[in-house]
Amino acid sequence: MQKFARRLKQGDEVAYLITFIFAASIIVITALLVYELYTGSALTRERFGLRFLTSSTWDPVALDFGALPFVYGTVVTSILALLIGVPLGVGAAIFLSELAPPRISDGLAFLIELLAAVPSVIYGLLAIFTLVPLMREYIMPFLESTLGFIPLFQGPAYGVGMLTAGVILAIMILPFLISISREVLLAVPREQREAALALGATRWEMAWHVAVPYARAGIFGSIFLALARALGETMAVTMVIGNDPKINASLFAPSYSIAAVIANEFSEATGNLYISALIELGLVLFGITIIVNAIARLLILATTGGRTH
Amino acid sequence: MNAPGGVWMRRMIASLLVVLFSAASLNFVALAADTLTVTGAGATFPYPIYSKWFNEYHKLHPEIQINYQSIGSGGGIRQVLEGTVDFGATDGPMTDEQLQQAKTKILHFPTVLGADVPTYNIPGVTQELNFTPEALAGIFLGKITKWSDPELKKANPNVNLPDKNIIVVHRSDGSGTTYVWVDYLAKVSPEWKTKVGVNTSVNWPVGLGGKGNEGVAGLVKQTPNSLGYVELVYAVQNKMAYGRVRNSAGAFVKADLASVTAAASGAAKQMPADFRVSITNAAGKDAYPISSFTWLLVPSKITDPAKKKAIKDFLQWMLADGQNMVEALSYARLPKEVVAMEQKALAQVQ
Repeated sequence: MQKFARRLKQGDEVAYLITFIFAASIIVITALLVYELYTGSALTRERFGLRFLTSSTWDPVALDFGALPFVYGTVVTSILALLIGVPLGVGAAIFLSELAPPRISDGLAFLIELLAAVPSVIYGLLAIFTLVPLMREYIMPFLESTLGFIPLFQGPAYGVGMLTAGVILAIMILPFLISISREVLLAVPREQREAALALGATRWEMAWHVAVPYARAGIFGSIFLALARALGETMAVTMVIGNDPKINASLFAPSYSIAAVIANEFSEATGNLYISALIELGLVLFGITIIVNAIARLLILATTGGRTH
Repeated sequence: MNAPGGVWMRRMIASLLVVLFSAASLNFVALAADTLTVTGAGATFPYPIYSKWFNEYHKLHPEIQINYQSIGSGGGIRQVLEGTVDFGATDGPMTDEQLQQAKTKILHFPTVLGADVPTYNIPGVTQELNFTPEALAGIFLGKITKWSDPELKKANPNVNLPDKNIIVVHRSDGSGTTYVWVDYLAKVSPEWKTKVGVNTSVNWPVGLGGKGNEGVAGLVKQTPNSLGYVELVYAVQNKMAYGRVRNSAGAFVKADLASVTAAASGAAKQMPADFRVSITNAAGKDAYPISSFTWLLVPSKITDPAKKKAIKDFLQWMLADGQNMVEALSYARLPKEVVAMEQKALAQVQ
């Protein structure tokens, strides 16, 4: 007790309490969120059960709801975004932290952080006016003529669709990937680099074999953050994905994402079952985020053998 | 010494509290006497005219402030049922099921009229196209897939329609615009009625979804050989080209303020007492067939007498002077017959 009083006097205990409350509030908010989503979707959970996850009908007139096309669209566009964004983002971060002169590196890093602050509706508009025509007139016909034997690149080129949504998502997650990866690469200790250079490594070898593995955990962290943003992005996606809840093998085909359908239909939804279905979609998105994050963490564990450096 | 001191303190505090409370409540009463705030929520489509009306009405009656949030028809219906707003607004009439949920009976009051128009982008075609109901239903059901289909050629003999696939564009967000469009399709096509049905969002057989009027207009403008639908107000304000639609009398009619009002007067003869009526495919040779009322939802029993008076007075004003402001904002005004019926119906608000 006396010890506690002394610590209280020194302010330690106060700081502990305050920071504990802050940390706990995050758990409380998450728990409340899940609770709200769970209770709000009771109607559809009872009525459709697991069929909600496997059915691909979304019919607000007949009140028949299934989440599968939205899950598919969300996951596929996010994977596309990572496939395009991660090599670009990590590559740019390596250049900025290891190879570029510091003045250029700092200047570009500032610009990239500005990009992160652009509202998503602006990205969506940009996509509609420049990316969509580009995709329809050039990129999609080119992909079809070269890779058209793969079902992924077949079908009519509307310009809007999963591929376009994936590209715009990739552009939107780049600032997160680049600025966080660059920061962690810059934090690699000087001794590590000097040791590599002393052993006769070139600058690229030093960057690729020493700095990047050392910063691996932080780079993966930036990828998680990027993935979370891609899964939940709403406005830009709904503007270019085509908003058609159908499952199609082709990346050219229109699709729909969970966040987009909630944003589109919630304000005009009448009837308790309809609203419950939209809330359950939110619950499903939450579940997807947890599952995808878990898989990603397992992958890291497998590749690093549990080491963080 | 101690005890009397304590009592004195307590008295002091009590009297202080009394003074504070009475001051606060006086203050509150004073504020309430200054302005009466009436809140409403609902449809987005009539928001421009509603905000103009509420603004003008506040200028005429500074003691009444009407706050309106355009959160969508669905939200408007929900909130008026829950009683969290004084009135609601919707683009599609409430269903019987929804009305039964209401604690006090809810009345519909038509305010203005809107319409949906077909808009398209066919490279090389600059003429105004004619659409038959069969053509529109066929295209949106995915049965008519090419611009060169005989159904379209028959209605447009002088237009060189290309042998290209029609790319259908519809709204992705739930909206009154969609409600009117599919309500019309369900009236002219039994197949649409059974396969798809009517709601603010439906399970579209074909097509791409654009968010909002601007989303649909953007997709149509950008996608060659596409066909979509937007609100008349939006098409007029953005100077978009749009097609004529054949009405139930067999005439191809272009949507404008007169032809939309004509549709409403055509429907006025069979107007039900509760005003919940769809005027798509209305009778009359001048009537534009894809038109609709938009409604205010007012509870029939308003307990606060000041609010009741404010709402009734506003409705009275909206039906008279208010109607003169609507055409400047590209809404069609209510026909005289409907105005007379509504003035009578105002007595039901008690």
